[in-house]
Amino acid sequence: MRLFDVLGPVMTGPSSSHTAGAVRIGLTARKLLGEPPARAEILLHGSFAATGRGHGTDRALVAGLLGMQPDDARIPGSFALARQAGLAFSVGTIALRGAHPNTAVLRLEGSTGHRLEVVGASIGGGRIRICSIDGITTDFGADQDTLIVHNQDSPGHVATVTACLSGHGINIATMQLYRSAAGGKAVMVLECDEPIPEEVAVYLRRQPGIVKVTTLNL
Amino acid sequence: MAYPSVREMLAACQAEHLPLHEVILRSDLAESGLTREDSLAEMHRMWSVMCRTSAEYREEDRSNSGFAGGDAAKVEAAARAGLLLGGDYLNQVLAEALKTAECNACMKRIVAAPTAGSCGVLPAVLLPLWRAGLADEEAVCRALYVAAGFGQVIAARATLAGAEGGCQAEVGAASAMAAAALVYLKGGTAEACAEAFAMALTNLEGLVCDPVAGLVEIPCIKRNVIGAMNAVSAADMALAGVVGHIPADEVIDAMAEVGAAMSRDLRETGIGGLAGTPTGQAIREIVTMAQEEA
Ligand code: SF4
Repeated sequence: MRLFDVLGPVMTGPSSSHTAGAVRIGLTARKLLGEPPARAEILLHGSFAATGRGHGTDRALVAGLLGMQPDDARIPGSFALARQAGLAFSVGTIALRGAHPNTAVLRLEGSTGHRLEVVGASIGGGRIRICSIDGITTDFGADQDTLIVHNQDSPGHVATVTACLSGHGINIATMQLYRSAAGGKAVMVLECDEPIPEEVAVYLRRQPGIVKVTTLNL
Repeated sequence: MAYPSVREMLAACQAEHLPLHEVILRSDLAESGLTREDSLAEMHRMWSVMCRTSAEYREEDRSNSGFAGGDAAKVEAAARAGLLLGGDYLNQVLAEALKTAECNACMKRIVAAPTAGSCGVLPAVLLPLWRAGLADEEAVCRALYVAAGFGQVIAARATLAGAEGGCQAEVGAASAMAAAALVYLKGGTAEACAEAFAMALTNLEGLVCDPVAGLVEIPCIKRNVIGAMNAVSAADMALAGVVGHIPADEVIDAMAEVGAAMSRDLRETGIGGLAGTPTGQAIREIVTMAQEEA
């Protein structure tokens, strides 16, 4: 473990999993949405549901949706700040089957009407996994620059995406493919060594069979 | 790379003729790719947050559950009134451990050291020395490198997570790191730091993680006090030349073994131990009810 992971990080208490990790789930969901959220339905599962209020998990998720980092001192006051920022939100609970005990479901609508559902788990020490996007299973840590492509499950899309990235000199660190059912919807998650430029997203969005392109640049 | 053993960390001091903090700093630079200036600036930032957390403590702050807050102020008032047993330093250690741990429960900014639950231990033993002018900021930062280096060895051989190893891995680890830091500040040798570290970890071996209602409040806040007090006594023993007989690496390995043998109910699940007592369960009920109302 690196030195400043042992002595650090600086974070707003009380819990790295229930507070700091929750901020990161909210922040990642905001970046995936690609615009400030105007509405958010937040659902807490498992230990998040049982102890979330005491740990400030609800306020941490909202703080992340507002773009705050885990060490932001304004996290405890995020509910009031959300009202000022025009974010309407609700917090409830949900029982998910087989999910990590520290899981949150975020259903978002952006200021221009984009919609997104993200399921994120806080897996300890402030680290997270994004477990699903719009109902399709994923598994990535949101700690690298990431390109997420929703497409029709038909041949050729992987080649299109990888060719486009290599054309821009972007190195792919890991790549995962998920699909809802054969011939149905599919999701590609590519963790990259460099930020993904907007031209890549614009180009890919124009390709037939590609439904949605999301970038997560750190 | 972080050292896989205390033995190798001390051997590197000998081989390279470098002080312990320097060996630890260099090993991290090689791993993290940070420049020396960045690393030092980051360590000074950690210390400045520790100072600020303590300075911004407010007697009236309470946690969301209502069960945490106000205790450090009580201790300080009692110390001023001359009601306590310890001397000046110990009274301050006691108050500072509570302060930072209460701030954490009240959603203030802290340095996880090594975890949020155990964040009060290192500042508790260091702040009083710094305030009294017995250690300047440079010396404190050197001691923090030493603390972190020992913590890295625990992470490599065992764990720093209560969910895996119980509270011995959080407050126990923080205490052992703090003991090493104190000996270093007092000019002790690297070997004496390792002795203090080993004795502190030994004395909290077996400590379970049993947070009431799953919150980082009961017993966590007061556990920071025993972590800090234990660090002071282990450091004092090492400075006096007392040895613990079991080498540091073997103590860490024993801690890992004991953690693995702990029931899951005693590893941050909020089920066993204090969390499972009638009162612990009643508090869980109250906290859950308050959650449903909100
Ligand atoms: S009891 Fe558990 S949660 Fe509390 S400080 Fe110890 S390890 Fe952390």
